Formats: sequence, C-alpha cells, structure tokens
Amino acid sequence: MSAMAFFIDYSRCIGCQACVQACAECDTHRGTSMIHLETIERRDSVQTAPQVCMHCEDPICARVCPADAIKKTPDGVVQSSLKPRCIGCSNCVVSCPFGVPKYSAEIDQMMKCDMCYDRTSIGKKPMCATVCPSGALTFTTMEDIQRTRRGIPVNSWRFGEEDVKTKVYVMVPREVERVNVELVQITPTPASLPEDPYDIALMLEEVR
Amino acid sequence: MAKLPVDIPELVKEFGPHVHRVPPGGWAHTGPDDKLVKTHCCFCGQQCGIQLRVRDNKVVGFEPWEDFPFNKGKLCPKGVKRYMQDEHPDRLKAPMMRVAGKGFQPTTWDEALDKTVAEIRRIQQAYGNDSFGVLSGASLTNEKAYLMGKFARVALRTANIDYNGRLCMVSAGAASRKVFGMDRSANPWSDIPKAKVILLAGSNVAECSPITTDYIWQMRENGGKLIVLDPRMTPIARNADLFIPVRSGGDIGVFNGMLHVMIERGWIDYDFIEKHTTGWEQVAETVKKYTPEYASKIAGVPPEMIVKAAEMWGPAPTSFVLHARGIEHHSKGVENCVAAITLAVATGRIGREGCGYAMITGQGNGQGGREQGQKCDQLPGNRSVENHEHRKYIAGVWGVPEESIPRKGLSAVKLIEAIHDGKIKGLISICFNPAVSLPDANYVREAFEKLEFYANIDFFLSETARYADVVLAGSLMEEDEGTTTNVEGKVILHRKAVDPPGDARVDWQIICDIATRLGYGDKFPYKNSHDIFEELRVASKGGISDYYGMSWEMISEQNGVYWPCPEVGHPGTPRLYEGGKFAHPDGKAHFVPVEWRPSAEMPDEEYPIILTTGRVVSHFLSGTQTRRIGGLLDQYPQPRCEIHPRLAEKLGIADGDFVKVESRRGHVVVRAQVVKTIRPDTVFIPYHWPLGRSANNMTVRAIDPESNIPEYKICAVRVIKTVEPTDEIARLEVEAGGIR
Repeated sequence: MSAMAFFIDYSRCIGCQACVQACAECDTHRGTSMIHLETIERRDSVQTAPQVCMHCEDPICARVCPADAIKKTPDGVVQSSLKPRCIGCSNCVVSCPFGVPKYSAEIDQMMKCDMCYDRTSIGKKPMCATVCPSGALTFTTMEDIQRTRRGIPVNSWRFGEEDVKTKVYVMVPREVERVNVELVQITPTPASLPEDPYDIALMLEEVR
Repeated sequence: MAKLPVDIPELVKEFGPHVHRVPPGGWAHTGPDDKLVKTHCCFCGQQCGIQLRVRDNKVVGFEPWEDFPFNKGKLCPKGVKRYMQDEHPDRLKAPMMRVAGKGFQPTTWDEALDKTVAEIRRIQQAYGNDSFGVLSGASLTNEKAYLMGKFARVALRTANIDYNGRLCMVSAGAASRKVFGMDRSANPWSDIPKAKVILLAGSNVAECSPITTDYIWQMRENGGKLIVLDPRMTPIARNADLFIPVRSGGDIGVFNGMLHVMIERGWIDYDFIEKHTTGWEQVAETVKKYTPEYASKIAGVPPEMIVKAAEMWGPAPTSFVLHARGIEHHSKGVENCVAAITLAVATGRIGREGCGYAMITGQGNGQGGREQGQKCDQLPGNRSVENHEHRKYIAGVWGVPEESIPRKGLSAVKLIEAIHDGKIKGLISICFNPAVSLPDANYVREAFEKLEFYANIDFFLSETARYADVVLAGSLMEEDEGTTTNVEGKVILHRKAVDPPGDARVDWQIICDIATRLGYGDKFPYKNSHDIFEELRVASKGGISDYYGMSWEMISEQNGVYWPCPEVGHPGTPRLYEGGKFAHPDGKAHFVPVEWRPSAEMPDEEYPIILTTGRVVSHFLSGTQTRRIGGLLDQYPQPRCEIHPRLAEKLGIADGDFVKVESRRGHVVVRAQVVKTIRPDTVFIPYHWPLGRSANNMTVRAIDPESNIPEYKICAVRVIKTVEPTDEIARLEVEAGGIR
C-alpha cells in the first residue's frame, strides 16, 4: 500500500469544528484540542481554515528550542514538546511560520498537533482527518487524492526569502507549484470594497 | 394542573441544563474498552455510522466507523460529542411526580403509571376520548414511532396524535406525494457526485447536515456546478458557482422564473414529459408571466441571477435538486417544494444515475418517523387514516374493529391551539419539546398551563417537561435497539450499547405498561423492540413505505436496506422512479402549477425587517441535548442576531451590542453579530434556546394549509439597540437560557 499523507483543502472547509472536537478525544492529550480553526474575519465572510501542524522537513520550532524538547520521528512527524524538557519559553510559538504551537500556561508547556501519533503509528488515521465531514482534512494516499480532486497537492512554501517544505500538503489550483506567503498583510482599501465578493448588499446591486 | 411546580431558576438548579465536559472515569483514564458497539448518531437525519466505546456499562468515547458506507467515519461536532449524554448528571433516572411548591419528587413506577392511567381515564370519561392528546417525536426509532401510533388509536382511542416531524419535513413529503406519489428522497446520496449541476435550495448543509457537503464537493471535483439559494451566504454558498441571495418567501420567483427561461430557450425534455407525466400545459401556462424581471421582484434578486441559474440548470446532462427547511418552513412550503422539483421533472432528469432530487431530513428519524403511523392523518405504511381499505388492513393487523380506529385528528400546532382553547384537557408526550420548538412560544407556554394533566416521557427534563404532572424517565438511543430510516430512505440498525441507568426504562416498555394498565395488554404483548419491528413489517406490507421484506439480520449485514422492500429476498430500492415509472396509480409524475403568494406576515412600517430562523452546527433542535454538552456549548454558547452592516448602521447597532428583536408576539434580547453575509432586509437568529433567548417568541403561528408546517422562516420584526437584561432568567447560566 502506498504511504498515507495528510492533505488540507481550505476551499472545502465549512467551519464546523468537528476536527477541533475530535482532536480533544485523542488518547494522547484527551480533553485538549491541538488543532486550530481560524476564522478569517466573520464580519466579512464565512471562510474558515483548519490549521494542523504542517510537520516541516526542517522544523524551525525544533531548531529554536533551547531545551531540545521538540523531536522529529524517523517518519517525519514533529512531536509535541516533551514534558520533562519543555521550559515554556515559547520560542517555538513565535518562530513557527504557520502559527501552530501554543503555550499552555496551565501546564507550563508547549502543545501542538503530533499527527495523532498514537493512531498513525499503528496504521490508523489522525482523528481530525477521519471525522472531517467536508473532506477539508484528508489522510489518504497520493494516488487517491490525485484521482479524486481537481486541485493538486503542494508542500512547498515560500515565506519571503525562506523556502519551507512540509510533510502535510495543501490542495491548490493546478497552476500553482508553490505557496507564496506574503510577509506583509495588505488590508483592503476602501476603493477595493465594491469588489468584495462576500457582501450580499453589493451582490444585489450589481451582478458579476 | 400543569403549572410550573417551582420557579425556573430552581428547576434549572436541580435538573439543568448543566454543562458536562468529562467522560466517565475522567480524561486520564485510558484503559482497554469492554466493547466497541457499531451504531449510529442520535441526531440529524444523516444517521452517520459511529462506534461507541463501552466500559463498565458506560459509554466512554467514540471511534470512527470507517466501513459504514454513508459517512465512512466522518462526523460533525455533534456526532463526536454525542457520547457525552450517556453519563450526564442531568439524566433522569427515576419517575417523578410534581409536588406544588416543592418541585419534582422521585416516585415508584407503579405510582407514576397508576396516576397517569387514572388521569387518562378521568379526563376521557369526563370529556371524551379525543380530549386526551399525544405528541410524539421524529427522533424515535421506527419501532417506537409505530408503537406510539398504535398506542394512541388502540389504547387511548384518541384521534389527536401528532409528532414533531410536523415542524420539519411534512411540506417536503406532501410535495413529493403530489408530484411523484411517494414521500421519500428519490436517490441514494451516491448519485449526488455524479450530477453535473446541483440546485441546493434553502439548505444550510454545512451546519445542518455537514456530511452532505462532502458529496457536493465531490460533485464539484468532478466538474459539476453548484447553485445555492439562501438569504444568507452559508459556508456551502461561499463556494457556489452561483449564489442567489433570495429574499425569504421569494423562492417560487426563482423556480418559476428559471422554468420560464428554460421553456423559452428550449431546455425542456418534451419526450419525457409526454411519456411519463401529466399536467405540463397548466404549468407552462402558469410560468408564462414569470419573466426574469417579474420573478426578480418576487425573489428580491437581480433578474440576471435567475437567467444564469436557468442557463446552468437547463442544458445540463445530469442534475440534482436538494431542498430543506429554508423553502419548507413556510405557509406555502408545499408549493415551494413542488416548484423546485418541477425543474427536475421538466428536464426529465430523474430516476437515473446522477439525476434526481432529495429532501434533506432534519430529525434523526424524520423519514421513518413519518411513515409508521404517528401522524394525525396516517396509519402505518404511509396509509391514510381516512381510507376504508387502509383502515381495514391495519385493523386486521392490530386485531381491533375498523370502526374503533379514530379518524383524522389535529396536527401539532392545531393540537396546541385546542389545548389553549380548553378542548384538549390531557396530554402525554415523548421526545418533543414544544415549549422551545413551536412558533409563538408565549402562546405555547400559556397552553401548557391550561392542561388538567400532562405526562412527559424523556431522558432530560426539557423546558416542556417542567410543566408535567408526571415525568416518566425514558431512554437514550444507545440504551435500546431499533431501526431508523435515514435521509436516503435506507433503514439502518441502532444497536444497544448500555442499559438505562438507575430506574429509567426503555421507552417502548413505558408505553406498553400504560397500555396494559388501560386494559389493552393483549394488544401490546412485545418482549423486545424486535417484536415490534416484526409487527411493523406486516403493518407496512402493501403500503407505500413497505418494509415487509426486511429483517434486522439483513439490515445489519448490508449496512442498511432501502424501502420499498416488499418481499423477503427483495434487495431494497436505492433509486426510485427508474424508467420514468412513478408511484401514482397511473405511473406518471403529476405536474402541479404553482403561483407565488405573499407570506402570512410581511414586513411593514411598524415591523420593517424580516426575521428568519435556523440552526447552527453545534446545536440540535430545541437544544435539550446539545446545550448540556461542554464542547458543543463552547462552540456557540448563545444565540446571536446576524445583521448586515448597512442595516446595523441605520439602526445604530455595532457588533456585539445587545439588541431587542421584537415581533407582534414577543421578543428576545441577544447580541448583534454584524456580518456582510446576510441580506440587508433580513436578520437571522438560531432557534435552539429557551425563554428570553427563544427565536420562537417572535415567530408566527401561520401554517401551510396542506402540510400544516409552521412558517418559521419569515415573520416581521423590529430591531432596537438595548442594554444587557438583568432579570432572573437572564442571569441563569448560558446553557439554561441566560445571557452573557
């Protein structure tokens, strides 16, 4: 059987939070969810985006950890911090380009998605990708995803001058080879508002 | 004397809703499970497969059931957290009697049942059999739904039984019966990804039936197009190829306008119409005046959108209509649905792969619950209570004289009105929370206070159960076994995982105990719910919804069987109407012309804004179950009023402000949520909350004349900025109806 991989398709996300609820049921960190559901800006749209750990090939969170608390398994899964080592400094939190690790003050430890290692290491799928009702999160083979999706899976990212390769793929339109992430957030200007695709009032005035 | 025994804060203190967050044994307890039980989610009509983890006769968690074909392990947040109900501290574990000034006191089953039976006898002797009513539920298994219908007609001899599917699917069912002669989604969900265009009308699938989004996204991956009609840009509408932000109550404008354009452009399958339908000429004549411009005034959207919809739908090789409460919860709900499915018939795209239509069931057993005879006008097998042959057959199955079976009774809203008018004096209800779920909630509460006797069967003390004289502690889905019929018309098996806790009893046993005390024990001799299914099979034989050929073994082995399944050895019927054969006696589909008419209450100067209501993904129906589960409550702790920035600015309202939303019937105070994703003439409030947060304080008691579904989706309101309320109810915890 081909190797299983993790795919995120933001266009399919419906914001239901089944992933968040199911993550909290995982046997390794029961009661606490390690996945985030980002709401872009509810005033402007219903777009949401699930964010799991991307499991970078060269994880910066591990590189900047002064306590050597973040380990990567031989199969490329970047683990949550080791409890006896983590000093709660939050270096990993501020360094991760995807905003994944979160510091938990209650237990003075960084926690993040470890791709449900208790499940994936014995051939099961991660909880979030198993339950995701819309297929925004999928754990399957490369062949299966290529057969069933219009978009293509990409795991190359460019943050400014920095190239990052991840174990987790995102689904993008066919013409995209790499995801370029602008480091400066461009906010919409008032002049661009008529182009707002989510404003129903504008939609009723002009049909595009 | 069905008055509250003590005030609401005291009842809440004892019976909740309280929030429950921790599984039995705590989060840290991760020992081996005793067993994994393959069963189904207890919530919506998708009835997803799920495995419950059981330890020491307690449900301690879940495991996805990836081999179950419908959802393949996928679940929405409600499915994930459903197991938290099992050991919930609010769970009713013994029968109780109301003691004025003291609340509810535990009692023995003998006392509770004797009291119930004595009151039934007293009321029926004094006022007649029909003065005792029954309100049943569409979340019950088929076996229990069947039992409730039989109990009302045989043991109570009352005509007045109805069910809460009356608030959910009846317009869809009535429209399907009119056009196709049968009330069931025509296709299995596996046909959805094969369609080249989907018309999704009034269906916020992302929040109400999330598993369906995967099927729709698959359709898009295959190159299909999606048209969505909704006054709000829901998460499914965000990615639609065409989103039509229709004004609530204006859907017929879009459907008739589309048909008008399709006739003009020649996108009609006249060959199919001639061979397999009747009544086309009247429909074609009716839609003549629905030019895009005329239709656009009705629908409240630009005419170009209607033309574009026709251009997408008309020439497609395959297509699928999906509709739900958005077009059904109207005083013209049946006509809305008829107009939508007319588009499928006019293009001959039904009864083959990738072509068809489906109504998206809202309640757990919304489909099966409306087939087994618990509706006021219906006998098992979808038979008519007014049809002599149907009555004779069922009388034979039940072993009673035909004339002893009462005729058509009152539907849910009318039954409540009869209570309010003093015509119905006693009531027994099961898994129905009308104090939250029926429209015009203040009127409903008044009605309950007028009852001379009220018995409630449920597993939590719902807002309605607070009015009860006797509370009979019933069972959760995982505490019994039985079948439900999912959104596709597929009968599936819920397996027992644990026993009912304490002195709680399985529901069918409670009903049979009452029937026995009333002197009808010989008619209710069941030893288990399988016995009831065996009788249900026979009762459905020859009916429209024919289950006769099924067995629990077959359902279990095949992961479900589609009805009709009329003979033993029959494989079931996944796709209806193949070869253009419809369920009317003439074998044809019947076109029905539909004209638009205004809703019962339109906005005016005094109440200028449209209120529309619906669900959010983490809550279910009246919230009795989901407002008790921590993760789900955290996700959406209290109702908010969605309002467009333009309307908000006009009214001086900012995001997060408290607003008073008021109709002619009542009001709520909730926080405003300013969003561009709603029409500027409309506000939206979800309906899962009670008391001062209940959207149904405002909704109107108008009903569709044919289906009797209430008009939840449109009433006239005004919205005023206000301050945080400080009354005692408002200070309750959020899950109990308080506000933060």
